[in-house]
Amino acid sequence: MLSHPDLAKLIFGRLTLEALPLHVPIVMWTFVVVALGAIALLGAVTYYKLWGYLWHEWFTSIDHKKIGIMYMILGFVMLLRGFSDAIMMRGQQAVSFGASQGYLPPEHYDQIFTAHGVIMIFFVAMPMVTGLMNFVMPLQIGARDVAFPFLNNFSFWMTVAGAMLVMTSLFVGEFARTGWLAYPPLSDIMSSPDAGVDYYIWALQIAGVGTLLSGINLLVTIVKMRAPGMTLMKMPVFTWTALCTNVLIVAAFPVLTAVLAMLALDRYAGTNFFTTELGGNAMMYVNLIWIWGHPEVYILILPAFGIFSEVTATFSRKPLFGYASMVYATVVITVLSYLVWLHHFFTMGSGASVNSFFGITTMIISIPTGAKIFNWLFTMYRGRVEFELPMMWTVAFMVTFVIGGMTGVLLAVPPADFSLHNSLFLIAHFHNVIIGGVLFGLFAGITYWFPKAFGFRLDPFWGKCSFWLWVSGFYFAFMPLYMLGLMGVTRRLSHFEDSSLQIWFLIAAFGAFLIALGIACNIIQFVVSFKNREALRDVTGDPWGGRTLEWSTSSPPPKYNFAFTPRIHDHDAWWMMKKYHWQRPLSGYLPIHMPHNTGAGFFMAVLSFVLGFAMIWYMWLLAIVAFVALLVVAIGHTFNYDREYYIPADEVGRIEQSRTDLLASHV
Amino acid sequence: MPMKLLRGLLVCVVFLLAGCQTVLMAPSGDLAVQQRDLIITSTLLMLLIIVPVIVLTLFFAWHFRASNKKAHYDPEWDHSTILELLIWAAPLLIIIALGAITWVSTHKLDPYRQLERIAANRPVPADVRPLQINVVALDWKWLFIYPEQGIATVNELAAPVDRPIQFKITASTVMNSFFIPALAGQIYAMPGMETQLQAVINAPGEFQGFSANYSGQGFSGMHFLFHGVTEQGFAQWVQKAKASGGDLNRDAYVKLAAPSENDPVTYYATVAPGLYRAILTRCLDPENPSCMTRMDLSPHDSGDSGAMLRSGQANGMAASATHPHSD
Repeated sequence: MLSHPDLAKLIFGRLTLEALPLHVPIVMWTFVVVALGAIALLGAVTYYKLWGYLWHEWFTSIDHKKIGIMYMILGFVMLLRGFSDAIMMRGQQAVSFGASQGYLPPEHYDQIFTAHGVIMIFFVAMPMVTGLMNFVMPLQIGARDVAFPFLNNFSFWMTVAGAMLVMTSLFVGEFARTGWLAYPPLSDIMSSPDAGVDYYIWALQIAGVGTLLSGINLLVTIVKMRAPGMTLMKMPVFTWTALCTNVLIVAAFPVLTAVLAMLALDRYAGTNFFTTELGGNAMMYVNLIWIWGHPEVYILILPAFGIFSEVTATFSRKPLFGYASMVYATVVITVLSYLVWLHHFFTMGSGASVNSFFGITTMIISIPTGAKIFNWLFTMYRGRVEFELPMMWTVAFMVTFVIGGMTGVLLAVPPADFSLHNSLFLIAHFHNVIIGGVLFGLFAGITYWFPKAFGFRLDPFWGKCSFWLWVSGFYFAFMPLYMLGLMGVTRRLSHFEDSSLQIWFLIAAFGAFLIALGIACNIIQFVVSFKNREALRDVTGDPWGGRTLEWSTSSPPPKYNFAFTPRIHDHDAWWMMKKYHWQRPLSGYLPIHMPHNTGAGFFMAVLSFVLGFAMIWYMWLLAIVAFVALLVVAIGHTFNYDREYYIPADEVGRIEQSRTDLLASHV
Repeated sequence: MPMKLLRGLLVCVVFLLAGCQTVLMAPSGDLAVQQRDLIITSTLLMLLIIVPVIVLTLFFAWHFRASNKKAHYDPEWDHSTILELLIWAAPLLIIIALGAITWVSTHKLDPYRQLERIAANRPVPADVRPLQINVVALDWKWLFIYPEQGIATVNELAAPVDRPIQFKITASTVMNSFFIPALAGQIYAMPGMETQLQAVINAPGEFQGFSANYSGQGFSGMHFLFHGVTEQGFAQWVQKAKASGGDLNRDAYVKLAAPSENDPVTYYATVAPGLYRAILTRCLDPENPSCMTRMDLSPHDSGDSGAMLRSGQANGMAASATHPHSD
């Protein structure tokens, strides 16, 4: 029956057996390994009868803490994928000189650098940042959950669905070969007729729904759900940065959605927004995507700044120096981040006045950023700095980030940018700020809040191994790229004529290898810490001598976070409570109102994945079915009235009593 | 004293970079030289604050370590108005200086601006007209048309030393970036639009040129040699092209424009009249609905639709969807 061409087309669209990489051994082997791994994992889950546990306790959970942890796991898994891409690129560039073409032909290499950028930004950095905000922020403001708990679960699964589409492109069809921002005309249907760009569009649109909804959710949570007494200027700095980041998300992501929707219309419906034909103009795309893209950079870095602020104050045993100026600096950066987008394309031929305007606004951002650095500096001043791992990451950040900041300001000088734009100098710059800023921040944050999430600290030995490998690996991998940029070497090349460059690429590849060892140490650290969890156990709930509210509850916190909503009198609320010998109330518990778990978000994300996949391959019938099903589940969920329940007072009492016993047994 | 030390150190680093053949630090064109100087000045200016910050970070981290009980510990100290004014003022002052430099240099080194000098203290002689070169980025090679000489080349460029060059740049299908690091900064090459670069090469030699904006499958092979030659050498080079006998008529162009990779150097003795303009306005096939003659896309109309579409080069604005009647 399926031999009938029209019917096959209706069902399978343009998907044929050709799309499977049966003739590409390297991808086939990857697929086999991934498939075996997946089977082993699913088998283990089935063998240990964990499906029910995973489903009830995690997949359908609307507890912000569990969703936060799931975001972090997603980010870490995708980091492995994004890093595999990175090391393949480093390998190719280290050997592809003169007569040798390396081992990756351009059609693979071009997919790999595109996937690397997309994955690292959208499916590593974003989930990790969102995950940390999700986990930490409600605890910091003394809330029991986020404002819209179901939406939170739905947002997470939409992000997963987007990530899964990118992963699918590895084995079914291909990914975009356009660079991570998919500039037209290269990404239009004439130049990229295959499914790659469609994977890109649908993966980002589906994940984008999740990001936007989670942005709204966290924003409302901060605005509406702070504990009594916590005025804006008494919020912890991490919460401040989360607030600004979510403002940026809510304002910037619709631009991305719109610009990708227009690109999709150009590709699917034959419109001419960004084509060279009929008055379309690709420069509009470049402007729009960076109007999203530049705030995106600050969406990632602001929470990292927040993490460093918390960590520096905690481990210097002092309040953060210049809390108010830190807050103002954060807000100034938030506003300015919308006024600099053109610095990504000075070379597109704007006039000198336009270019200098955007160059100077860009430089102005370095003023509040500089003030922040000084604030951390003077937080250490007259402190008692303890070099636990989070603090080590912070010092490494401060030294590394200012170098990246300097090269960034240099790139903001338009005539300098004319020489350095799109060169490996630029690549070195943004890895310098993203690895040295965002990633070091995330590692600091993960180490810092891990005991809060799981009740035991991470093993410091393997953490330090990872730290030194990552930091030295970073310098080995990216300092040569600065040099290569000054030698006039541009980005995204899969082959070089000049073999005198090779030594620099070999050093860079060595750096990538060190980072690979660093990641291995991360994994070992998780395993070792889990095995030694009894020795690393945090019974106090406050393993570092913290200053903010999340340390006032147990590790891990109970479902309801706080048995009593705390009252806030100053910033560093927990520090104050400890200072004035606050006593944990041991009676008078009330029933606590909590939201119910639901699987609706999971199902809607699965249907979105199917819808995206069907649209990518022109399977119109399946697309319609998936879309209708999506509507049915969404509307159906609105009829679910069983959304909340009460934890009875005596159960709260039992949970709190067990904490009292635990605290008493470890005095 | 420390400033002097710093400068000495930086000069050493610069020499080191030049020694490693970093073309950006040792370029051969006046524009690139000025861009190099700007990179060095800006870096020095920023190091004024970056170096102390790095040193202080490491010093504070070490001095105030928990085990150093001799260090002063003040667990409540979190504010100092004077210090906060200082930490905002210090970067502010540097950015004011850098901002002023940026404003001036961006206007002075605007790629659209007529050259006023061919090198430091050497103004452009009054009787010298710039050499016109029209550049078309194709999939995946470079086409250079010399309208005055009536020749065209693929993947090879030559120009006489010390004579200003005016590049007019466009592309056939996707975006590229025209970049000869030794000569001057880059500028995008975009279909249906024209960008400009005014530059001059001050030393004879062979220089690398390439596309600095990823453009697809054949991108890595999209490079060419730029020959800085004497006037005499340039005349010989033109003669060589003329002797090659090839004719770049519209049919030959359509064949040439078809995607291909790692193309050899090719010379054309003659070029169809109006070819560059036809490529730019997308009127190779006059029946093409996108042909700008048909669409009558006057620059003034498009100027209203967005900041990027403005035409006049006088106000330095960008890529112009050129008016087909303006020539």
